[in-house]
Amino acid sequence: MMDTENKALQAKEKTEVTASAEQTRAGLVFTPAVDIFETEKEITLVADMPGVRADKLNIGLHENVLTLDGDVQPPESADEVDVFREYQTGKYYRQFTLSQIIDQGEIKAELKDGVLRLRLPKVKAATPRKITVQNA
Amino acid sequence: MLFLRGTGGWPGVGWRNPFEELERMRRQMDWLSTSLSRDQSREVAAGVFPTMNVTEDRDNYYVRAELPGLKAEELDISVTGDTLAISGERKLPVEDEKAQYHRRERDAGRFSRIVSLPAQTDVDKVKARCIDGILTVTLPKAETAKPKRIVAKSA
Repeated sequence: MMDTENKALQAKEKTEVTASAEQTRAGLVFTPAVDIFETEKEITLVADMPGVRADKLNIGLHENVLTLDGDVQPPESADEVDVFREYQTGKYYRQFTLSQIIDQGEIKAELKDGVLRLRLPKVKAATPRKITVQNA
Repeated sequence: MLFLRGTGGWPGVGWRNPFEELERMRRQMDWLSTSLSRDQSREVAAGVFPTMNVTEDRDNYYVRAELPGLKAEELDISVTGDTLAISGERKLPVEDEKAQYHRRERDAGRFSRIVSLPAQTDVDKVKARCIDGILTVTLPKAETAKPKRIVAKSA
């Protein structure tokens, strides 16, 4: 971990997804900030998705492409009027291509305080097999 | 007759409403200018973490900020009249030493921010909660700041 003792956090503008083809509904789509790290046993993905509830988050893995898709309900009630607005809300969407073979049945996801933690265990290396050649 | 043929050759512009095309252009310009100014308002960000949205209804101001991973008790929130101060530190847990990073986009660090509200608030009734990484501070407006309906009496 880097030394964060005296580091001040900088405000970052949320990155909007620019590809237009994937938008089928109205509303903004953002790219969540992620950390991805790998150990011998597993790959862990941590994503900041503030405002996403567990039941509104879809995680898909299809042919080594991992898709995160989180829907955000606007937190404002109908009769609230903007005084000022510095960030926009919208859904989160991001795709990753995984290089290692992932044990799909063992994937674990945890969403807590707007942070998703996804553990993708690697498939155990196939046990070595000896192939006997038979005489014809 | 000759005159009508002359203008009729220009599609979209009929003699009956020569301003139709201009009207359509005006609408397009309106749309363009509103979409441009909307983009501008998106960059109001003061450059200080966290970015905030402030809204109001008749009785309250609502200040919201996206603070993923932070709990309400880790924040230091204080209110004085018409200013709200929020400070804290975002810590990221230390991961396995042997872990190799492929991406590192999330930041950690301290933050501190003060926002001025348009009017005085009732300091004793301010509430704050953190749900799914979004902080919402509800600040009831002071009685003097609320709109009052004045009924005019006829003599």
